[in-house]
Amino acid sequence: MENLLVILIAAMFVNNIVLTKFLGLCPFIGVSRKLSTAAGMAGAVVFVMTLATIVTWLLQKYVLVPYHLEYLQTIVFILVIAALVQMVEIILKKVSPSLYQALGIYLPLITTNCAILGVALLAVQNTEFGLLETTFFAIGNGLGFGLALVVFSSIREKLDLNDVPAAMEGVPIAFVVAAILSLAFMGFAGLA
Amino acid sequence: MAEEKKNRLDIFLKGFIKENPTFVMLLGLCPTLGTTTSAINGMGMGLATAFVLTMSNLVISLAAPYIPDKVRIPSYIVIIASFVTMVDMTMHAYAPELYKALGIFIPLIVVNCIILGRAEAFASKNGPWDSILDGLGVGLGFTMSLTILGAVREILGSGKVFGLNLHIYHGDGILVFILAPGAFLVLAYLIAIGQRIKKRIYGE
Repeated sequence: MENLLVILIAAMFVNNIVLTKFLGLCPFIGVSRKLSTAAGMAGAVVFVMTLATIVTWLLQKYVLVPYHLEYLQTIVFILVIAALVQMVEIILKKVSPSLYQALGIYLPLITTNCAILGVALLAVQNTEFGLLETTFFAIGNGLGFGLALVVFSSIREKLDLNDVPAAMEGVPIAFVVAAILSLAFMGFAGLA
Repeated sequence: MAEEKKNRLDIFLKGFIKENPTFVMLLGLCPTLGTTTSAINGMGMGLATAFVLTMSNLVISLAAPYIPDKVRIPSYIVIIASFVTMVDMTMHAYAPELYKALGIFIPLIVVNCIILGRAEAFASKNGPWDSILDGLGVGLGFTMSLTILGAVREILGSGKVFGLNLHIYHGDGILVFILAPGAFLVLAYLIAIGQRIKKRIYGE
């Protein structure tokens, strides 16, 4: 149990996927203008990331490795993730229309979110991980992404009201904010 | 004829400044930040991406007329993923050090939005020659941006460029530029400069 908690905390803070590993930057910059959309995206990512990582981990362990097909990893993983996202969208629409309303528009964007494929690949690279550890690893990374996105978007909302040097307006100043956030997250490295 | 030549040149050149994928379009940001700890790593990543982009552009431009519209995105992804797997294995065999430095970002070329973006916006609608030129232009533009970003970070962070010591620091250099925050900070300023240059050349 302690071990699982360590994995969760490490994935969320110490090795934050956006601010220290640079994965999932497109949505991090793209949907962080408003807090509400950022929160929606964060929810969708946690959900899909956990599901995708579990499925790809099972595939890797029980199909690719026993049949020596590791070289197909990239192709298989990306197709599974694309199919999974489609399926989640269809099921969600049928089963829980309210959740679909909240997450629906973010789902198609998630296929090309490199954080999902990245975490799936990182999880199978950690050979000592069992299914439970992998699940916690995925949840931790998803929450880490969500945390970074929500914090970043609330700062950007404030940023809109401030005077920014003309050359730095828009994206450049957002990256400066990201740099400072990343600096702050480096402080968590002491936890490990 | 001259008109056509000029068009071809335009297709090739627009990836460098006007539609530079990194500094102007802000695409493919993850490898941009993740692999540019040094100029050589940035260049390696850029060239790998340029190869995949050019080849997938060529194949997609040839295959596009036969692919049904509904399954085009998955088909494109399979084509791109095949070339990524090739690059992955080739690098593993012939450039093991670079392979180790780039790590997870090599398989992640698959989800680089530049490649799928060019496939959808250009290669699926144009002939093979133009698509190759477009792939080369955008790919080399991307390589250029990554090399610049890597070089700036390497110079500030360790006083070296392409491994060559410039002797600007007495100690180790400003380590933070090689770590994560430095990547965001340098990119912020390079984007600001890039937008400035674009405005200067092409107007508003």
